Amino acid sequence: MFIINCPYCGEREQSEFKAGGEAHIVRPKQPTELSDDEWAEYLFMRKNIKGVQFERWVHIHGCRKWFNMVRDTSNDQIHAVYKMGEKPPVK
Amino acid sequence: MTKNLRTKASKFIDETTRISFKFDGKVYYGYKGDTLASALIANGIHLVARSFKYHRPRGIMTAGSEEPNAIVQVNGNSAYTEPNVRATEIEIYDGLEASSQNCWPNVNFDIGGINNILSPVLPAGFYYKTFMWPASFWEKYEYFIRKSAGLGKSPTKPDPDIYEHKHIHCDVLVIGGGISGIMAAKTAAENNFKTLLLDEKPHLGGSTIYQNSDFDKINNQSSSTWLENEISKLKDIKNLEIKTRTSVVAYHGYNFLLARENLTDHLPFDKKKNKIRQRLIKIRAKKVIVATGSIERPLIFNNNDRPGIILSSAIKKYSDYYGVICGNENVLFTNNDSAYETAISLFNKGIRVNAIIDIRDKVTSSIVNQAEKLSIKIYNSFTIVDTSGYRRIKNISIMKLSKDGQSVTGSKTQINCDCLGVSGGWTPAVHLFTQSGGKLKFDYDDNVFKPNKYPSDQISIGACNGEFDLDTIIKNFNNNVKTYLGIEKTSYENLNISASKEILKKNIWLLPSNKPIGKTKSFVDFQNDATAKDIKLALREGFRSIEHVKRYTTTGMGTDQGKLGNMHALGIISDTSGVKMSDLGTTTFRPPYTPLTFGTIVGRNVGEFFDIFRKTPMHDWHVKNNAEFENVGQWKRAWYYPKKNESMHDAVQRESKAARDGAGILDASTLGKIDIQGSDASEFLNRVYTNAWSKLAVGKCRYGLMLNEDGMVYDDGVTTRLDENHYIMTTTTGGAATVLGKLEDYLQTEWPELDVYLTSVTDHFATISVCGPHSKKIVKKIIPDLDLSDEKFPHMSFKNAKIGNIKCRVMRISFTGEQSYEINIQANFGKSVWEKCIEAGEEFNITPYGTETMHLLRAEKGFIIVGQDTDATLTPIDLQMDWIVSKKKYDFIGKRSLYRSDTIREDRKQLVGIITEDPKEVLEEGAQIVADVSKKPVEMLGHITSSYFSPNLNKSIALGVVKGGKDMLGKKLFVPMKNKVINVQIADPVFLDKDNKRLNA
Ligand SMILES: [Zn+2]
Repeated sequence: MFIINCPYCGEREQSEFKAGGEAHIVRPKQPTELSDDEWAEYLFMRKNIKGVQFERWVHIHGCRKWFNMVRDTSNDQIHAVYKMGEKPPVK
Repeated sequence: MTKNLRTKASKFIDETTRISFKFDGKVYYGYKGDTLASALIANGIHLVARSFKYHRPRGIMTAGSEEPNAIVQVNGNSAYTEPNVRATEIEIYDGLEASSQNCWPNVNFDIGGINNILSPVLPAGFYYKTFMWPASFWEKYEYFIRKSAGLGKSPTKPDPDIYEHKHIHCDVLVIGGGISGIMAAKTAAENNFKTLLLDEKPHLGGSTIYQNSDFDKINNQSSSTWLENEISKLKDIKNLEIKTRTSVVAYHGYNFLLARENLTDHLPFDKKKNKIRQRLIKIRAKKVIVATGSIERPLIFNNNDRPGIILSSAIKKYSDYYGVICGNENVLFTNNDSAYETAISLFNKGIRVNAIIDIRDKVTSSIVNQAEKLSIKIYNSFTIVDTSGYRRIKNISIMKLSKDGQSVTGSKTQINCDCLGVSGGWTPAVHLFTQSGGKLKFDYDDNVFKPNKYPSDQISIGACNGEFDLDTIIKNFNNNVKTYLGIEKTSYENLNISASKEILKKNIWLLPSNKPIGKTKSFVDFQNDATAKDIKLALREGFRSIEHVKRYTTTGMGTDQGKLGNMHALGIISDTSGVKMSDLGTTTFRPPYTPLTFGTIVGRNVGEFFDIFRKTPMHDWHVKNNAEFENVGQWKRAWYYPKKNESMHDAVQRESKAARDGAGILDASTLGKIDIQGSDASEFLNRVYTNAWSKLAVGKCRYGLMLNEDGMVYDDGVTTRLDENHYIMTTTTGGAATVLGKLEDYLQTEWPELDVYLTSVTDHFATISVCGPHSKKIVKKIIPDLDLSDEKFPHMSFKNAKIGNIKCRVMRISFTGEQSYEINIQANFGKSVWEKCIEAGEEFNITPYGTETMHLLRAEKGFIIVGQDTDATLTPIDLQMDWIVSKKKYDFIGKRSLYRSDTIREDRKQLVGIITEDPKEVLEEGAQIVADVSKKPVEMLGHITSSYFSPNLNKSIALGVVKGGKDMLGKKLFVPMKNKVINVQIADPVFLDKDNKRLNA
């Protein structure tokens, strides 16, 4: 049970949040111009890293804002949270 | 009570309060303060259980939560009965009834004992190897195995007790109220940390509190006197909350811990009444100090499991704390100094100690010297090679150990005893530390795993950190706790400590016998009956990973999680395989540390609070009118309204007919409603729905289909343009929350530039749908001012209106194919407007219908229900809904996926109508559809998704998905059932009113 520091609300229990998969996968601006393979890359391929991973989370039972998180999946340490659109902290 | 089994009064026992209890049906007496185990031993009872596999007689072995044998069933009553209770933990009270759990028919005459004689054929993995094959025989074996295994009985009635959950946030949590924990809690609280101290026992003080030896002194007082004084000071400290009878059962990440507080288990029945029995405490601690102490290890030798063989420290606790004598003829068997403390303590009480068997060479520590001075016979470099005594140990045989400790030499000596205390050293209780994600390191001096890397803000102190003597504990305490809490000093810095130091250590994981290992029974896991031989067999058969050996031999898999024997199992594996202990690793300790009742886990979330449900504003009316309900998401929806003696089928047929012939009324309030506003609202809808929205005129409604990015249908519903930049979207009942979540996701993360605002208004409006040929007349009666003519108010349009003074929105939309009006009104007026409609419709036989009839009516029209006819594998093309997919729009969610190589396959499953050859035959939803029954294996083309008997068409109709079904119109297929094969034919999914004439009838 993490304590997550929502960039809008501050520290809250993990039960208020929902994970939303890998971060920084931008939806292609012109999907119709992509090949099947390129589209599949966007649609299906995820890294699922053991170690430091960039993730999307939403404060679903709170402010309902999406934000990004840098989490080490091997020990659940959260290194940073930052708002959507912001640059990830350099690793 | 046999009085001579009590030593002189212990201050922890109230000998003036006699308590009667029953064990295995017989009445016994104990004193207030006794556990079931101490009271039984005081009554001369050691044999309390039969072992799991071989049904060997087993006795009480410990005095704490690590007990593997004395597991009892408490209270025979079908509601209150509880299995797997440790006799060493439960405090006795008047009326307590307990019974041996793992024996049938009783502990003294035990039919399963035959397994003991058969044991050469019951090695490790026996159950897997024999009973799992052939698989079809398992059902036959299982009955007998379960019966003779006797894992306790579950209650057969609902638990009448009350449980609750509580949250505690603290600065410092201290786990364990022994000497280390008490010093830590006091230090933290005195330094202004909000502190919580928990201990599983009824009293604080751990094992120090009954310490009476001359060898542990603090400031020239005995350590127990000193600690008692410290404890007495705790009550005056602010910031300190203490909970006893409270065990931490789980330690999760980020210092989130679960503890069970026992509130009434020790009270007699009349005092338990109406009180909370147990509390699950959810703790979030900034800092955690783990002071869980250590658990004494047994020794692994041949026949080391007889009743009367007890941990040395437990014998001492029974005599010093409970004032109970475990045996009159005691022998101690040890590899360390602590058994000498027990021997001296017994000797000083006038209890006979026949011998101490020490596997070490002669030792000269002060405590050993003291034992020698008392003329206690000590056998150095000896080991026990065998024991005898069936229901209680009678004697032991000892032999001299060889130099390397791997074999025995010389002749056998027999020593009589009725109690054998064993001590194989101490294992730090690192269970909680490892649960939290902590990594251990192996200490080859003490042969223990110690905490190494802390995964969160925590520290382990005292014995659980591998500190075993008082001197080290205090010294380390001052250093470590000061640093950890960031404080200047503690009040324990100038203590004068005198303690006996252990100088010689020796450890042999598996002690040798004069018999070959195949002929010995050296138990490693007492609860699961796993022996050293079993572990060696597993290694011989090729198992290497400790986790595999554990599962194959079942070592450590009992309710005690092998608290006593796990280390020995590892040691034997290490010795046998040559892999170093530090490379072997340990098995995973999983929560709960001690078993939890389900009641504690669910707390107050029982009965109507188990899964809360949502009610529409008209719910009470449905109840009053005899509705049956179905659960849709969290909603209770009226399912159908049976009249007296009417079956579900009859009710649904009647409702369906009435809705088409006269008028029907449906409570549609549960549909999700999302208010969408902003200058980019139309563009937003363009991107989330498959069809085009920009040209929808204000006041018009449109049906929309929403896809996932993978092209699969996700949700559907009608959206109405209320104003230029204002829409109201409806979603499926079950999909409301996830649709809103998905829309917010795209708005915030992909299209933050769009000016759009979303608000859920599902609960704000009641929705009443009136349908049928008379619907217009009924609505006219309620809203006379509204022009309902087809020209002014055509199908798929909306009007603002008023019922009296109350504003409402009326949409002319239809899910039944009938002319119908949907009145949306502020929720708190829902019931009265509903009743008005019923009243107004009386002359037209207005009939309330539920979700079942709604499903039937829409199936007649071939309308899909997302989630019933679709399952996230169907595109709009698969649903033959190509018409709703805009070709012109540049992009929308899921568009690109609609022409992936997989989604354009012709042989995908496609939605079709299905009719049966026999119009009376109604298909089963989920039934498979095939073309050739004789082909093996039968190729399954698809399945039925919706099926009804249509009263309006007087025949069976169904929808289903069939591979390539789109091009199969008229094709004859089969639906094989258990006893028959049903002939079916692919049909147009629109069964009724293909030209939509009824919409304007
Ligand atoms: Zn927030």
